[in-house]
Amino acid sequence: MARRKLIELAHARSGDKGDTANVGIIARRPEDYPILVREVTAARVKEHFKGVCLGKVERFELPNLGALNFLLHESLDGGGTVALKADPQGKTYSSALLRMEIDDAAG
Amino acid sequence: MIRIANGQGFWGDSLEAPVEQVRGGPIDYLTLDYLAEVTMSILQKQRSRDPKAGYARDFVDMIARVLPDLDARRTRVIANAGGVNPAACRDAVLEIAKRLGLGVKVATVAGDDIMDKLDEFIARGVELKNMETGEPLSTIRGRVQSANVYFGAFPVAEALGRGAQIVITGRVTDTGLALAPMIHEFGWKRDDWDKLSAGTIAGHTVECGAQCTGGNCQIDWETIRYADIGYPIIEAEPDGTFSITKHPGTGGRVTVASVKEQLLYEMGDPREYITPDCVADFTSIHLEQAGPDRVRFSGIRGRPATEFYKVSISYGSGFKAIGSLAYGWPDAYKKARAVEQILRERLDRLGLRFDAIRAEFLGANALHGIAAAEPSPECAPELAEVVLRFGVRSNDRAAVERFTKEIAPLALNGPPVVTGLGSGRPRVEEIVAYWPALIPKREVCPEVRLWPEEN
Repeated sequence: MARRKLIELAHARSGDKGDTANVGIIARRPEDYPILVREVTAARVKEHFKGVCLGKVERFELPNLGALNFLLHESLDGGGTVALKADPQGKTYSSALLRMEIDDAAG
Repeated sequence: MIRIANGQGFWGDSLEAPVEQVRGGPIDYLTLDYLAEVTMSILQKQRSRDPKAGYARDFVDMIARVLPDLDARRTRVIANAGGVNPAACRDAVLEIAKRLGLGVKVATVAGDDIMDKLDEFIARGVELKNMETGEPLSTIRGRVQSANVYFGAFPVAEALGRGAQIVITGRVTDTGLALAPMIHEFGWKRDDWDKLSAGTIAGHTVECGAQCTGGNCQIDWETIRYADIGYPIIEAEPDGTFSITKHPGTGGRVTVASVKEQLLYEMGDPREYITPDCVADFTSIHLEQAGPDRVRFSGIRGRPATEFYKVSISYGSGFKAIGSLAYGWPDAYKKARAVEQILRERLDRLGLRFDAIRAEFLGANALHGIAAAEPSPECAPELAEVVLRFGVRSNDRAAVERFTKEIAPLALNGPPVVTGLGSGRPRVEEIVAYWPALIPKREVCPEVRLWPEEN
């Protein structure tokens, strides 16, 4: 089975709402969307952000955009103005998620 | 069809973008977003020192540059530049118009500032509970620095209907700024949920300026021309379909990919994008590349608005300070990590206690912070440099102040190959935290006023 970094299949954007970060990932080719749905589960995202995401991870599907949206609760050291982080709004979490290794076999 | 341009994604965005949007081709409306949550508390402080302050000065400077163009082209402007003092912002704009010898009708949308009504609300049982924690506002009442209701598009549409050429608002949603001209021009009703949702999604797409026209887009970024990046324009149709484009000849790029990324920015549940005007469903959007730098949106559905407005409350929540030291090869990462421990021990010896201490290693893994971003054992000793970024947070200002004096000594009394960054000691910052709440719509009423006043 081929293992690839998610960045080869998807692009992404992230943002914040309080102490919650959102990471949206989008299939580069529409036909790869089912691979994202199968591989990039909320549980795997929670594991990937171990030590960063201290709360739960929620996943939402947008099949019309070939995209998944993740909410990473308690991930920003209190968020926006409170955080001591260099990236208090999780702007770079987009490519952090794209580091994930997935099995890209179709079907 | 009407053209609605965005010229400002946040206060601090390009000063040239709004000017280029006005002069670079035909537009009917220019919308500008100046307000973030933290901005409101800064503006409140400014107004408490000077009753004529408390709004976005950048906006007034911009109007001074382009008012003759706006007047000649009949372009109307909608901006939430009023901050906590829309009337003072209006007066400044009218002063400029007078100086330029131009007659201009300016409207304000106010009533969003509920700072002076909080005790009355609490006494009446409107608790303004924190949406995330459920705590009542009374727990932080004494520390509140600003409190503003997010109004939607309808009061802005009313101002347009009364003939305003420039609409200056307090806290109106970013999406409402773009939706308002559609309501006004197309006569959309308060229960046209699908159309209101379409206009809301158009507003969301352009509210961060160039972030939908190639800015931050991860697809083929090396081939995007950023220096003269074009800001977005909505071409809206009465049936709720619209296209996103930009002025011809500008840099940047409008593609399905660039637009999708912005659609997901700050997204929660995509089926429930809640604004004062409607609940928009992002899973209903159909996108299509309709030409070069042109993406067409259709199929958008929405549901009825809720009975509540969102309230943005800011409050003082302690203090923080962050300092930095740069370590050079060899073993830069190892040294920076050692200094983290040294600092922790010194703070401990001083008997200082903090709510949080955080060390990050810029150049190694600070941004991503995840296990997958750790430098490998082979790579770590060879890094040319690593910057230790060390911060503390506490309600005790004196403790944070004392910490700021512990960075500089490490230039002489710690591990080798170190240099300081910046000048002097880190600054103690007051933390302004954010308290999101809901308020029943019946409790507040937008106030629309036109100037010169109507007969």
